[in-house]
Amino acid sequence: MTHWILAPIVLPAFLAPFIVLAARHHIAIQRAFSVAGIAALVVISAGLAWQVSDGSVIYYRLGDWAAPFGIVVVGDRLSTLMILLASVLALFVLLFSIGSGWDRRGWHFHALFQFQMMGILGAFLTGDLFNLFVFFEVLLIASYGLMIHAGGNDRLRAGVQYVLYNLLGSTLFLFALGSIYAETGTLNMADLAVRVAEIGPEETVGIRIAAVLLLLVFAIKAALVPLHFWLPSSYAEAPAPVAALFAIMTKVGAYAIIRVYTLIFPPDTVATEGLHGVWLQPAALVSLAIGTVGILAARRLDRLVAFSVIGSMGTVIIAISLFTPQGIAAALYYMIHSTLAAAILFLVTDLVRAGRGTLDLTPRPPMAGTVLTSGIFFAGAIAMAGLPPLSGFLGKLMVLDAAFGSDLVVWVWAVILVTSLIAVVGFARAGSVVFWKAHSLPPAETVDEQIVRPGALCYAAVGGLLALLVAHTVLAGQVHDYTTDMAAQLFSPDAYIDTVLDTPGKLSAPQEEGY
Amino acid sequence: MELLVASAIGVMTAGGIYLVLRLRTFPVILGVSLLTYAVNVYLFASGRLTIGAPPILTDGVETYTDPLPQALVLTAIVISFGMTAVVVMIGLGAYLGSEDDHVDDRPATQKADDQA
Repeated sequence: MTHWILAPIVLPAFLAPFIVLAARHHIAIQRAFSVAGIAALVVISAGLAWQVSDGSVIYYRLGDWAAPFGIVVVGDRLSTLMILLASVLALFVLLFSIGSGWDRRGWHFHALFQFQMMGILGAFLTGDLFNLFVFFEVLLIASYGLMIHAGGNDRLRAGVQYVLYNLLGSTLFLFALGSIYAETGTLNMADLAVRVAEIGPEETVGIRIAAVLLLLVFAIKAALVPLHFWLPSSYAEAPAPVAALFAIMTKVGAYAIIRVYTLIFPPDTVATEGLHGVWLQPAALVSLAIGTVGILAARRLDRLVAFSVIGSMGTVIIAISLFTPQGIAAALYYMIHSTLAAAILFLVTDLVRAGRGTLDLTPRPPMAGTVLTSGIFFAGAIAMAGLPPLSGFLGKLMVLDAAFGSDLVVWVWAVILVTSLIAVVGFARAGSVVFWKAHSLPPAETVDEQIVRPGALCYAAVGGLLALLVAHTVLAGQVHDYTTDMAAQLFSPDAYIDTVLDTPGKLSAPQEEGY
Repeated sequence: MELLVASAIGVMTAGGIYLVLRLRTFPVILGVSLLTYAVNVYLFASGRLTIGAPPILTDGVETYTDPLPQALVLTAIVISFGMTAVVVMIGLGAYLGSEDDHVDDRPATQKADDQA
């Protein structure tokens, strides 16, 4: 039993109070510890991902209590890849927030950032549904603080909406957990997988309700239409680095859908037959359509990016809702891509805001640093819209390819292709208004005092994310092979279940030899 | 007993949902609180209703109540309490900042008035 798998949860959990208590007045010390902590997380996550890349499952029993009585932390290919993605993203976002000075515009940015990481990584690693709820709450309560970081009326108002919506989501989550516990008597994911499979066809009412409630909760997190209303204002009003970090939060919802609906309620389960498989895909198609229409309709750059996040989550869920190994593999590839692309676009939005003072899509005089900023925006827009040569194109191609077996294959192809075109138009319009029309106006006579050119560290952080995106494109073959392995592991969960349930610990059933 | 608990949960949920759909922050927060009460009772009942039975092993006792939901409810109460406190603070800040406690987005014209 390796103890390292607990490090991604324990390290930020200790670092955050340390930053608050010992270094609250010293921004330099906070920054040093925060960056060191996240860098350590990247290394640990990479190590864990390497360790499970052969298909093994690593786990940790808290207090050595055996599952299902004790809480387990489990790492397989999927969860370790997600923690690696989250910590790499967090590293670049943190560098950006230091470079742009966002972390000094309010209190406790670094402590909240660490708590946020603890919640996200914990949600990816936990093997227990109630613990998933607890880690959701940890990441949410940190995100409430981060979202209203630096204050301002509009941000606070958007914050109220965000908090209320998520409180309702949490309540729904508890209702779902209560129903599941009442039906099965356990909340351990591996144990649930065994017990749900045993439920006969005539007593499925309770578990079907629970499965739908749970899916609704994850759909709120993943901003699936019609549960997406919290996303546009909160992502647009949140500080840009925070919004970039939030790009991984919608993926927490997608991850939870993948995990729960391949492990506990796999597609061929008697209890939930013909349930989420029927309406998840249409909802995802509508999400993609609405998100893309939002890209075209947005009148501010930050809202445009927020709607593109909804659209890309639609694509992810379309691929997931096929519930085939090929679909999940495509979804995972596209998920990595969409996290990076959304983060790049949110960070570029901040560069634009810093350069021209406003994000309205109206022509303004040319801003400082146009060449570099517009170049990065161009690359990010290409990636998000799914044009070649970047990974968005490959990802969408994989999704289209995986959709062949589906009943709705015509719709999937039509919606993905048409929305890609609309997204191209929307991004091209926004980019030309912001960057090109500026040169048709006379240069500003007075220089606005507030406008500061962002530092080199900002560009380095965005450039780093862009380099990752390019690497994701160049190594698409290897990455897709790996996500295919991952999907294969998800669809044969016996190794996961056996590892969690059959390893002896305190309170486990007596073995023949020993005990 | 079952009828009492079930209807209590139902009434609280209905009232909570009605209040959550209101336009101003204060009733919405009350609604969220009502919903969390409802879900706490619901979680408590998910381990089956048993009256007067101990949750931990005791000599000479035959019937036990399920201890796990009680632990879950405790966690849920703590979390919902903290979250409600957070939303009250943020809602208060938003109200004091803009003299307006509606939960929806402000119309763009009003925003422009503020800036002018």
